[in-house]
Amino acid sequence: MLIFEHSRPGRRNYSQSPATAAEIRNIPQNLLRKTLPLLPEVSEMDAVRHYTRLSQLNFSIDTQFYPLGSCTMKYNPRVCNSLAMLPQFLARHPLASEDTGQGFLACMYELQEILKDVTGMAGVSLTPMAGAQGEFVGVAMIRAYHEARGDYARTEIIVPDAAHGTNPATAVMCGYKVVEIPTGKEGDVDMAALKAAVGPKTAGLMLTNPSTLGVFEKNIAEMSKIVHQAGGLLYYDGANLNAILGKVKPGDMGFDVIHINLHKTFSTPHGGGGPGSAPVGVAERLLPFMPVPVVALEQGTYRWLTEKEIPQSIGRLSAHMGNAGVLLRAYIYIRLLGAEGMHRVAEFATLNANYLMVELSKAGFEIAYPTRRASHEFIVTLKDLKEKTGVTAMNVAKRLLDKGYHAPTTYFPMLVPECLLIEPAETESKQTLDAFVASMKEILAEAHAQPEMLKGAPHTTPVRKLDDVKAAREPDLTWKQSS
Amino acid sequence: MPFIPHTEEDISVMLASIGANTIEDLFDEIPPALKNGSLQVLPGLSEMEISRLMLERAETDGRYLNFIGAGAYEHHIPAAVWQITTRGEFYSSYTPYQAEASQGTLQLLYEYQTMMASLTGMDVSNASMYDGASALAEAALMAVRSHKSSRRILMPTTVHPIYRRVVRAIVKNQGIEVVEIPYCAECGHTLVESLAPYAGQDIAALVIPQPNFFGVLEPVDALTDWAHSNNALAIGVVNPMALALLTPPGEWGSTGADIAVGEGQPLGIPLSSGGPYFGFMACKQSLVRQIPGRIIGRTTDLDGRTGFVLTLQAREQHIRRSKATSNICTNQGLMVTAATIYMSLVGPEGLRRIAAQSHANTMALVEQMETLKGVKRIFSGPLFHEAAVTLPTPTDAVLKTLKNQGILAGLNLGEHYPELGNALLVCATETKIAADLEKYVEHLRRALA
Repeated sequence: MLIFEHSRPGRRNYSQSPATAAEIRNIPQNLLRKTLPLLPEVSEMDAVRHYTRLSQLNFSIDTQFYPLGSCTMKYNPRVCNSLAMLPQFLARHPLASEDTGQGFLACMYELQEILKDVTGMAGVSLTPMAGAQGEFVGVAMIRAYHEARGDYARTEIIVPDAAHGTNPATAVMCGYKVVEIPTGKEGDVDMAALKAAVGPKTAGLMLTNPSTLGVFEKNIAEMSKIVHQAGGLLYYDGANLNAILGKVKPGDMGFDVIHINLHKTFSTPHGGGGPGSAPVGVAERLLPFMPVPVVALEQGTYRWLTEKEIPQSIGRLSAHMGNAGVLLRAYIYIRLLGAEGMHRVAEFATLNANYLMVELSKAGFEIAYPTRRASHEFIVTLKDLKEKTGVTAMNVAKRLLDKGYHAPTTYFPMLVPECLLIEPAETESKQTLDAFVASMKEILAEAHAQPEMLKGAPHTTPVRKLDDVKAAREPDLTWKQSS
Repeated sequence: MPFIPHTEEDISVMLASIGANTIEDLFDEIPPALKNGSLQVLPGLSEMEISRLMLERAETDGRYLNFIGAGAYEHHIPAAVWQITTRGEFYSSYTPYQAEASQGTLQLLYEYQTMMASLTGMDVSNASMYDGASALAEAALMAVRSHKSSRRILMPTTVHPIYRRVVRAIVKNQGIEVVEIPYCAECGHTLVESLAPYAGQDIAALVIPQPNFFGVLEPVDALTDWAHSNNALAIGVVNPMALALLTPPGEWGSTGADIAVGEGQPLGIPLSSGGPYFGFMACKQSLVRQIPGRIIGRTTDLDGRTGFVLTLQAREQHIRRSKATSNICTNQGLMVTAATIYMSLVGPEGLRRIAAQSHANTMALVEQMETLKGVKRIFSGPLFHEAAVTLPTPTDAVLKTLKNQGILAGLNLGEHYPELGNALLVCATETKIAADLEKYVEHLRRALA
């Protein structure tokens, strides 16, 4: 039932708005709205009950194991939320003067410094509001760098075929042509193809490492050399930073610019699709192009640096300074972990992934890159299972929902057929992983014994398999009063 | 070990299963020369210690009586909004790719789309953008995509100055030209006459703010009709709270604006130093395949029951890659959750009253300010809940004096519009009572004396 169907004309929450309707003075009639908007007229309890019930229809980290590959669904500590929501932090207006926000700015400054250290970069700007915007900023800086040197011939960005869809989409938003290069049998970028692709048109290479195939690009040092020798810059997509936190620094791998998904590695909530936050780190030569504002510490006082101090900046990406509240949550998380805790993130994320990979292999699942170590994630391919039983990766994913697990990422990366990309994250216990393996074993048995039942999965969720084709062909995107 | 549950026994059993001796062995594919584990981060804190540190910092920042608006507005937020929004099932779930396991988020987003479409008077709304400024940039890109021949956008200087910078930063690499249109110095809004030099030229879109950055209401009907008669799209940049009172973009002029965008923060999102907020975007049915971002559709399941899914995904980066309408992936889902609950709690009449009270408070404040010598409204145009006021002395000094009395008196407008001289942008929402206004005016009187 929709909230609108609970609605009754004239029902109001008297404690949630002014007791009297104030007079509208000096607004001409032709600018005034004639009819009230279609908002629900429900009691406070109706609304609370309705949205509490809706929340209960969701799977979440707080209720389920959520091994969604490339998304790093780790526990989001509750204290990060409660401290970021202290009344003074919530009430602070973004345009209030800097001297009214020294406590907040201290957190932002320290976060910049910590992220510089963790990534091995020379500067960090906290402004991008999600991974895709971090990518945009990074590639825009690469473009600004070449143009500042009078080099207008560089029109191409190289992207491996295993990359997230945001990478090629970002390159196009920055006015570049995308050159896609293939992946070799072992899961590394095809070096011959890379060599053939680089040249005077190369503006840069966008790379995720460990890649979305769940393996560390072993040839990264050589790749970096090849791209730099051709005059291009290296962009690091930080989607998988969780796997190498405190082990390797992207700056040491030769990357010139990086974005960090705080909603992955630094445990800020995914919130059903955001808000994210994706600070960018840059090497020395990109410092003049950083997006503003950036926090500085001068004579014991924190202040914002803007276009005035960074005149070559690529500019601003949001009305204020990015997703401040998300940045606070990441800062709190980092201070809880400390240096030692940060090292353990990558260690236990990797231990969990390799253990789960080995156990699933023993249980009869085919691993896409069996000769490789898993990073913090790995891929199972169900190509054989599909040929033998007709059961697809999507069927298995949906059946996992019946067993009380969120499904892994399905059909991504696109180059592995019938794939499940599985990322357990460091916050899960061995007991949870063992129970997951047991469920996967059951599903494998079901695939052979009752394939038709599997194809109809899920069976126990609030709704069964939904008709996507109908949704796209006859779009019903808003509720209408008559419907 | 914070948030890591492994016992020593777990670790040894797991390593044995893998066939590794130590955890470090699992990193043996990383070239040894690259390994660098040195971190300068301080030792970890307990929850009690971090709580103490953050409380101290929050107290350093203190609380002020706030009269700054300028794109971020202080409104009362019902307690239920964030108590429900931060339930783990909303807070810690992912983008709803697995529809059957995400019906809560999906249905809520469908309800949100319905509310925003109605509030803006449009046919369709997406499930959110990052913020108002970036939503305007995406609207400009969308207009250029659908226009085909023109890559030029007309942008009044009454649009939020930072929004204009953000648009430039985002569209400049795609060869899009943004032409600024001056405002009327007397009335404070855009005049149709100032568009005359562009009549008959190839224009992709005209941006129309309502209310504009000065708080002044634009002649939206005439501007929308001008855009359409010049074969350009009309993009409304609107305050959603104002739309409870004002004609929605879908009803501007004879056929309505084509795209409506704006900052969703006034709908239940705290000021929080600037974010996270959320941008909204709504459009006419004819533009639906050009809209960026997530869209939720209602459909049925195998048993014929109603359910909700992400739909029209062929526009998006995870399917179309380099041919997508935008690179946007993660948006501002949790903020939209709060806004949807907020709109449900206040309802249509409540939202109208909050908007009307904000209008009345600002009008009352400005009237009282004008009793002071040398303080005067700058523009004659009608206002929503914000006003540009000229001061007899430099704005920064006045702001500083009032701040020392615990009052944030407004934004120094001269920083963005030097031609206005000693100017202040003030806003008094429904959160202010008569005593607050009196206190403000009394301290302003002393500061100017």
